[in-house]
Amino acid sequence: MTPEIAISLGRILAVIAGVLSAVPYLVFAERKICAYIQDRIGPNRVGPWGLFQPLADGLKLLTKEEILPNGIDRFAYLLAPALVMIHPLATFAIIPFGSSITLFGQTIRLQIADLPIGILFFLGVASLSVYGLALGGWGSNNKYSLMGGLRACAQLVSYELSMGLCLVGIILLSGTLSTSQIVAAQEETLLGFLPAWNVFLQPAGFAIFLICAFAENNRLPFDLPEAEPELVGGYHTEYTGLRFGTFFLAEYASMITMSALLVTLYLGGHHLPGVTTRDFGPVMTGLISTAVFGAKVATVLFTFIWTRWTLPRFKYQNLMSFSWKCLLPAALVNLLMTATVITLSG
Amino acid sequence: MPSITEPAAALVKGFGITLKHLFSRKFTSQYPEKPHPIAPKFRGEHKLNKDGEGRVKCVACFLCETNCPAYAIRIKSAPAPDGWQDRERYPAEFEVDLLKCIFCGYCEEACPVDAIALTNKIPEVETSREAFILNKEKLLANADLPAATSAEKYLDDILKKWKG
Repeated sequence: MTPEIAISLGRILAVIAGVLSAVPYLVFAERKICAYIQDRIGPNRVGPWGLFQPLADGLKLLTKEEILPNGIDRFAYLLAPALVMIHPLATFAIIPFGSSITLFGQTIRLQIADLPIGILFFLGVASLSVYGLALGGWGSNNKYSLMGGLRACAQLVSYELSMGLCLVGIILLSGTLSTSQIVAAQEETLLGFLPAWNVFLQPAGFAIFLICAFAENNRLPFDLPEAEPELVGGYHTEYTGLRFGTFFLAEYASMITMSALLVTLYLGGHHLPGVTTRDFGPVMTGLISTAVFGAKVATVLFTFIWTRWTLPRFKYQNLMSFSWKCLLPAALVNLLMTATVITLSG
Repeated sequence: MPSITEPAAALVKGFGITLKHLFSRKFTSQYPEKPHPIAPKFRGEHKLNKDGEGRVKCVACFLCETNCPAYAIRIKSAPAPDGWQDRERYPAEFEVDLLKCIFCGYCEEACPVDAIALTNKIPEVETSREAFILNKEKLLANADLPAATSAEKYLDDILKKWKG
């Protein structure tokens, strides 16, 4: 086995293990923050401060009976939980989660694949996430599941457009499709004190991207595909046990991935303003930059959770008109202004 | 073109409220570890009082059983044992069915010798109907628990407060 393959495998393992083991604690954080916002304490019985609660939840899902309902489309029903996992895990391949680290004389870039067309890769994979939800809804032989799946399709297609237009603004600014170079372009400073993060260059684009990220992840206020009061559980109503667990896992994993992407594109990635991480030696540099990245992702994740427990759900017609009549024109204007400024300034 | 400032202000306000509650005082009480304080007038399990010699005070007059609106009390009367000079009869059995009882306290008000009273003790959870019946031993075991403030005293206290 050549060192390159070993390094690649190591990075893939680290990322998958990192994301999948972060999910239970994200769920735990969600429950705790939700409880605190509602003046409650939240889970605190399993382990110190309830820290082992996610383990208990996972064990519960593992031991539940796996039910195959009557009249399902077996192929679609069994394929859907696997499909929903593709988007969150594959997208993480293009995200630089640290600068680089030197171990055993080898300099390792902390990114699985530095694709020159990273953003295109993300858009392609993100479109795949629709299939899991739609097939899950279709295969379940349940009208509410089907409606959930249809809503997921319509919502994801609508919001992907505005998200794509925001991405074009970023691509124009940094002149590249590669995520690592987009991060590198954000390392300078603006006006002497402000870090040149894209959130300061493209505030409107950031806001639109954030809203689209909520919608892409089916998070409140855009959780119509699984709106409990209307659709029981939406596309995963008929799923039990570990198959339901996979949907659940994918939902939170894609939250992490989307936050990581948001940090990469708009919040300067692993870059800490005012500190050149190259001063700390070969190993610490990588670790510190990864920690900075993780802290930024955690902040965005907190925003996701905070939003969920603040805003109520949209009505379906409002969801659609908000996307097509409000976000899409705003994204277009944002793109037009960015292009104009770039052209004028040469 | 709808105004954008108004919804934006509403959003900021909403997020502010949830952020404020994130850090505000929590109302959860950790029940089994820290029990709720019980009001002195809370009426829970019954008790049978004892007289100065440690005997049951009850004289088996059946006033509480007659007065009970829920038919929760069952008394079996018997002639008083030898040496009990102060009464002719005593309760051989005394049962209160907690599943029937409505904790109104009428038995306490009816009792002419202050033998039965309600305590602050919350009835325990059991798994059979029989276990919810308080027999004479259990009632006597409660004898030293403080009694719930009687309705009479409660009203008196309120009147005193009003009159200053």
